[in-house]
Amino acid sequence: MSLLSLIFGEKKHTASVAKERLQLIIARERVGLSGPDFLPDLQKDLVAVISKYVPIDPADIKVALEKQGNYEVLEVNIVLPEGR
Amino acid sequence: MTTIITVTSGKGGVGKTTTSASIASGLALRGFKTAVLDFDVGLRNLDLIMGCERRVVYDFVNVIQGDANLHQALIKDKHADNLFVLPASQTRDKDALTSEGVEKVLKELEHQGFDYVVCDSPAGIEHGAVIALTFADEAIVVTNPEVSSVRDSDRILGIIQSKSRRAIEGREPVKEHLLVTRYDPKRAHEGEMLTYTDIQELLRIPLLGVIPESEVVLQASNQGIPAIHQKGTPVADAYQDAIGRFLGEEHPLRFVEYEKPGLLKRLLGGK
Repeated sequence: MSLLSLIFGEKKHTASVAKERLQLIIARERVGLSGPDFLPDLQKDLVAVISKYVPIDPADIKVALEKQGNYEVLEVNIVLPEGR
Repeated sequence: MTTIITVTSGKGGVGKTTTSASIASGLALRGFKTAVLDFDVGLRNLDLIMGCERRVVYDFVNVIQGDANLHQALIKDKHADNLFVLPASQTRDKDALTSEGVEKVLKELEHQGFDYVVCDSPAGIEHGAVIALTFADEAIVVTNPEVSSVRDSDRILGIIQSKSRRAIEGREPVKEHLLVTRYDPKRAHEGEMLTYTDIQELLRIPLLGVIPESEVVLQASNQGIPAIHQKGTPVADAYQDAIGRFLGEEHPLRFVEYEKPGLLKRLLGGK
């Protein structure tokens, strides 16, 4: 904090930060109050579907929900077995 | 026809009881026969805000359990004709407010010709808060310009839209109103506080009013006289405007714009 702002007691404009944070969290909570609780089920289903075509280990599939800026990204990472 | 108004918020300490007391008093002052019911079993406070704490003999739970009839339990307000208070029980378990019991009391109030029943909800989203909004025709969602209050208001709106009788029975939905309380126009103007338009944009329900932050609210509760009786103060006027809007009148918003104090005022340090 600069000396000037110390002297004049500059205030932070935090209301816009509050609004942005609320927009994101409210939108997320409206979609489903449970949030990303469906991820384990989704992972199980994906394993079942993929196993019909490719033999995979359930541990080789990773599902994650991430926030990037204003978007939520569902990331599904599947490692196919070698030697096919 | 009795209209049931639930005053709710999710978060505690935002002004539900203050608002219930003032809205109920204001409706009664306009000539409507009004009852205000405290749903906060175990933590009753409406009686203190209404200034009738020493006249409580029977309570809501006594009526539900048949220990007293409604007539015995309703306390006539000292400051407004046509207004009656039903206090919450201070000692019972909160599950004593059964859905059937509450419905019976509300039906009886309708038989007695009440125009409005104002339900003062407890904080939270547990049983007490849900039962307070179950039978609502209209809901006043009290929100402070503060992140946790706005989020909790959104949660409670979700509960109104899923757990009210109107929602469950697929009738016309509960009419929702936003009441912003403890608003500080100066801080909002300076970008330190969410503005009422921000809050309305986030919650997306019609704005009933904006009640300014004021020492009058504490003075009113100290004395047990609802804030709406503090005539000539911005808080009382803002509640009067809100009641007018509730009844379908048009009133421009007051006390929401920040006016820079003039030099003289600053020198004199007037409030």
